[in-house]
Amino acid sequence: MPFVTPDSVSDKYDVIVVGSGAAGGQSAYTLAMEGAKVLMIEAGRTYDPRSETPMFQTPDQAPLRGAGNPDKPFGYYDATIDGGWSVPGEPYTNVSTERGRKFMWWRARMLGGRTNHWGRISLRNGPYDFKPRSRDGLGFDWPIGYEDVAPYYDKVEMLVGVYGTNEGLENTPNSPEGVLLPPPKARIGELLARQRGRGIGIPVIPAHRAVLSRPLDFRTIPAKLHPGNAKAQKVLAEDMQNRAACFWATACGRGCSIRANYQSTTVHIPPALATGNLDIVTGAMAREVTVDAAGKATGVTYVDKATGREHHASARAVVLAASACETVRLLLNSKSALFPDGLANSSGLVGKYIMDTVGASWGGNIPLLEDLPPHNEDGAGGDHVYTPWWLYKEQLAGKLGFARGYHVEFTTGRQMPQAYGTYGNDTGGRTSYGSRLKEEARRHYGAYVSFTGRGEMIPNKDSYCEIDPKVVDKWGIPVLRFTWKWSEHEIRQVAHMQRTFADWIAAMGCVSKNTPSADGSRAIEPGGSIIHEVGGTLMGATPSTSVTNSWSQAWDVKNVFVADGGVFPSNADKNPTLTIMALAWRTADRILDEMRRGNI
Amino acid sequence: MRIDRRLAIKWIITAGAGAVILGGRSLGAPDGAPGREAYPAHGYGTDPDVMKPYKPGDYWPLVLSDAERGTAAVLCDIVIPADSRSPGASSVGVVDFVDEWVSAPYPGNVNDRPRVVDGLAWLDAESTKRFGMPFTGASQEQRIAICEDISADAPEDSALSHASRFFRLFRDLVARGYYTTPVGMKEIGYVGNVPLAAFEGPPADLIARLGLADEVKG
Repeated sequence: MPFVTPDSVSDKYDVIVVGSGAAGGQSAYTLAMEGAKVLMIEAGRTYDPRSETPMFQTPDQAPLRGAGNPDKPFGYYDATIDGGWSVPGEPYTNVSTERGRKFMWWRARMLGGRTNHWGRISLRNGPYDFKPRSRDGLGFDWPIGYEDVAPYYDKVEMLVGVYGTNEGLENTPNSPEGVLLPPPKARIGELLARQRGRGIGIPVIPAHRAVLSRPLDFRTIPAKLHPGNAKAQKVLAEDMQNRAACFWATACGRGCSIRANYQSTTVHIPPALATGNLDIVTGAMAREVTVDAAGKATGVTYVDKATGREHHASARAVVLAASACETVRLLLNSKSALFPDGLANSSGLVGKYIMDTVGASWGGNIPLLEDLPPHNEDGAGGDHVYTPWWLYKEQLAGKLGFARGYHVEFTTGRQMPQAYGTYGNDTGGRTSYGSRLKEEARRHYGAYVSFTGRGEMIPNKDSYCEIDPKVVDKWGIPVLRFTWKWSEHEIRQVAHMQRTFADWIAAMGCVSKNTPSADGSRAIEPGGSIIHEVGGTLMGATPSTSVTNSWSQAWDVKNVFVADGGVFPSNADKNPTLTIMALAWRTADRILDEMRRGNI
Repeated sequence: MRIDRRLAIKWIITAGAGAVILGGRSLGAPDGAPGREAYPAHGYGTDPDVMKPYKPGDYWPLVLSDAERGTAAVLCDIVIPADSRSPGASSVGVVDFVDEWVSAPYPGNVNDRPRVVDGLAWLDAESTKRFGMPFTGASQEQRIAICEDISADAPEDSALSHASRFFRLFRDLVARGYYTTPVGMKEIGYVGNVPLAAFEGPPADLIARLGLADEVKG
């Protein structure tokens, strides 16, 4: 009975995993496949992408033509359920309401969390990204290096399926031969961006995304991932055969009923359940990690959201995978006589140094792409190409005025029309309408290209979260209060993005008179809006300077582990999900090891 | 492919603005339409059944009167008229969409409601002033004459500034409502949303025409 209720929760678990997204899914997968008995606690409802994904629905079948609003911020057909930057009954607060000082906290209360709707961009951190302080004196080095994580990147890529190529570019690691799936062909606007980017020194290479461009090799991969474990190999081989390759239609943000892309609910949870080693309790809001008199964790207290009653589950170890800030909240709310400032917080660093990704966009109409013959550009439901950070040498030479880089994602092409945007050409001071509007809409459709910068934020002491002393959520659990500040590095990086993107669309032939603001503080998107929050429970080399050790194991409580992005000491421009999964797998291996040795 | 985050955030941030505008502006002549003064209903919530097809009115009552819908229908077909290629906007449910949009309880929609209701009333008043009959009763040439005037961007403090902004908003709603239907998708040249055995990329002759043959790899 894999989905359990508070009344049927067993008392014999090895590990409790709080959360079910990239971190929770990977943790539960690795532990259950290797034989540990696992209870997963998820605050949201259960969710099955096979039966709940609106794959081919068109906007006219949705209320408001599918447009987004506070109930569904990314639109009606976005996979997110009970989530967004505000969740009813679950407030958070900000110390300041000034521009640039607020943090917007995204949550998704559903099985699989935000992995159901994410962009599927799956980039490895490079060697520099683990040792940033050694390179430029800012932020923190990780206590581990690329070589420690690389074997886990290999495993995760083989398990979830990632398309892309090995280009051998600086700090943009190759995968071992045969690990990546072939990338889809570039769209016409992507080809033009590549050609014109070359002229101004910007490379454009195939994107890396967690979408099956062909079926996974179920005959060889399971033995590579689970050597010597016949049962796990059998379970995985069967499950891989139930994942279809992409059929080149429908946006990935809706989720995927044929399981062609990675979601925790399409990749991690089904085989983990099939082992019989995983129980899942949904609608369960974790309140506190409990400890015994010796200071070891004994389990987790949670609120059954259906009844409002509190329950307790016990296990030998606890994995926190609730998302970076939710994990902080849980630790700080786990106060006891032994841990009066919250669990794992003897350093006083729980909640400190939270980071998001630096974001800004710019785009325009490209006359060369006007009036093209209709052709299908749905493709893999997301980017086919991207630009990795390319100015390492200029930056090292001190020519850029900011530290750390950004990569570029593209929006091009003849996507399904949506209930936003402008369809006419209103230049010349007139609102276009009538037959002129119809002609312009046809001509401009597919001619709009925009570049989206995704850059590295350096951790700073003015970006943190703590427990709000006054505010509680609908279950009475104290909530988080955020303080946020960008540094000059992020502001200048955004200004550089804007200049670069304006040059790039000009090189593609855009003749717009609009120019982006030279002031990065105007163009930077609000903290938290890119939904890449990491940090708050940083890993490090010593107990006084970090919350966990290099295995994501709490220094103060050796049977508590953090599997989500909370442990990141830096937030490279690379989207964090792949690294979260790789670290979660590595941490799960450590837990299995510690249990075998009898240490926990 | 994906909804721009900046836009998604804008949808959130417009929260708050709605209440102010509701409190400070009239909603025009209500024509006896029920419930327009307050939020008429709740939204669909954070966990709607996305698999089910919906039509306007399923989640919240529609607030435009028959007379307003009549004016809106005429204006819809001025914004997107029928031609030899494709039908006009009113025949593919765009009036229902506009009504649904201004009836919805979300802040952005509540914000748009008085602009649309007032704008439709203004059209009738202006038509009556100029031609002695409401907009729907005027000739097509007379209607176009008014639309030509308000399709020009008007200075903030000019007599036509409200009407000009209404026309831009109404045009956007009509275009969004139209091009998101199967008919509108065909008209604009969207040919996706069908499963394919392989993704072939752009047509070879297009690649050649744009001089991009050297860029094709992967």
